[in-house]
Amino acid sequence: MITLEHVYILTGVMFAVFAIGRALDRGSARRWRSAAFWGTYALSFLAGSYLPDLLNGMILIVLVVLAASGLAAADAAAPIAARREAAQRNGNRLFVPALTIPVVVLAVTVFAKWLHIGNTALLEPAHTTLVALALAVLIALALGCALLRVPLLAPLREGRRLMEAVGWAAVLPQTLASLGALFAAAGVGRVVGQLVTQAIPITNGSIAVVTYTLGMAMFTVIMGNAFAAFPVMTAGIGLPLIVGRFGGDPVIMSALGMLSGFCGTLMTPMAANFNIVPAALLELPDRNGVIKVQIPSAVLLLAANTALMAAFVFRR
Amino acid sequence: MLVLSGIAIVILGFALRLNPLVVVVVAGVVTGIAGGSSLSGVIETFGRAFVENRYVGIVWLVLPVIGLLERAGLRERVQALIATMRAITTARVLLAYLLLRQITSALGLNALFGQAQMIRPLIAPMAEAAEERHGPITACTRMEIRAYAAATDNIGLFFGEDVFVAIGSVLLMKGFLQQSGYAVAPLDLAVWAIPTALAAFLIHGTRLLLLDRRLKRARSAAP
Repeated sequence: MITLEHVYILTGVMFAVFAIGRALDRGSARRWRSAAFWGTYALSFLAGSYLPDLLNGMILIVLVVLAASGLAAADAAAPIAARREAAQRNGNRLFVPALTIPVVVLAVTVFAKWLHIGNTALLEPAHTTLVALALAVLIALALGCALLRVPLLAPLREGRRLMEAVGWAAVLPQTLASLGALFAAAGVGRVVGQLVTQAIPITNGSIAVVTYTLGMAMFTVIMGNAFAAFPVMTAGIGLPLIVGRFGGDPVIMSALGMLSGFCGTLMTPMAANFNIVPAALLELPDRNGVIKVQIPSAVLLLAANTALMAAFVFRR
Repeated sequence: MLVLSGIAIVILGFALRLNPLVVVVVAGVVTGIAGGSSLSGVIETFGRAFVENRYVGIVWLVLPVIGLLERAGLRERVQALIATMRAITTARVLLAYLLLRQITSALGLNALFGQAQMIRPLIAPMAEAAEERHGPITACTRMEIRAYAAATDNIGLFFGEDVFVAIGSVLLMKGFLQQSGYAVAPLDLAVWAIPTALAAFLIHGTRLLLLDRRLKRARSAAP
């Protein structure tokens, strides 16, 4: 069976190759720091499942210290003339590997049910899409190297260039998820829920709805994740007040409450994988560039969710 | 109350534009200790969660493919192709992608597209090239178009995926309501995501059309 663990090993090997590539680049400044950073990240993928929690925590701290001390800049992209010339030579063949990724992911996720060796599933059922993504990348890579006639080292070098352009932001989503775990363990959600319910006098259903949807969005902005906000706000305001006291419908309340949380996700740097990483990936000079574009849509959608809930939650 | 000090550190750290990684780790340590853990306990919680969340990093596997294609001229090929299509504008590229992203996510295929595998190599270059048909664009305009492309992916994903019955958030809601004594069907929750999905398409779609209009105005104002 191909499991998530195999995908982690593949990812770890890729980061290890990036680290070696950087270490071998003799001319570059800060090469050892960067090599150590990507090497440590590789270690987390390769060995994380087997190491004790304390050591895994140390790995994270090493990553943070290396990142804060400054990593090497990414190599420059190939000159535009060379890329234009390559584009002319390669033509529409270039789209084949790019579109291979979604096509293979689609095919594998749809047909995974039927892929068996004996009685075991070929792909770990709980993680089919992630395994599918890894398979798709390998197929696209093989196809790309064959169609474009390049050695295998070329994609690894170009991959490292893009990865180093993203830089330390690459590990931010995981670090934020860890912060969420710490917040949960320390009971931050409960305290915030109590504060909100105490601070706002909820005298009718509409005030309860507005408090709930805005609370979901704001709490998500703080935690970076609507999943963390939902239990807190729903147990604190949603169920006791909207459903309990004012007789609202729990289904409509929950569905629109969660979507209000998603509006919060669009507005916060804490949701790094959606907001900060794409800014780095697209090489935007402003780290918050994506958030700034999203805020007007998010605010309008939050208003729409609140209006929908106020209109429908109390008539069943 | 003391456990909220971590939140204050995060807000302050982001406001002062300190390195977010450092801010997050400091906030975590302070929160953990305020909540009664030992320092080693905090580091253990960090380590466990960091390892459990490694799946977020799997998406980086696509970078070698994208890098290879960009070196081989994918961006330039996209530009050349878009230049021949007269009906294409930045907003139309992004509108089509928004629709596609919402529909595929609503069918449960939320891993099909994404920032690394679609926006960076294809959608952002298409959206930029659509505007470049009218002449060179400023770096500022290019960055704005890219930011809109990234935002379109997020909005399409967030307000499509909840229409699917087996997505994580729908299952979380069902589980939580069940625990609290309310038996609900995932399908009912998913149905109530449809009005917001439509609103998202209308709202963000309108903003995309306004972007087109703004780009056009900037073009005619330029000498």
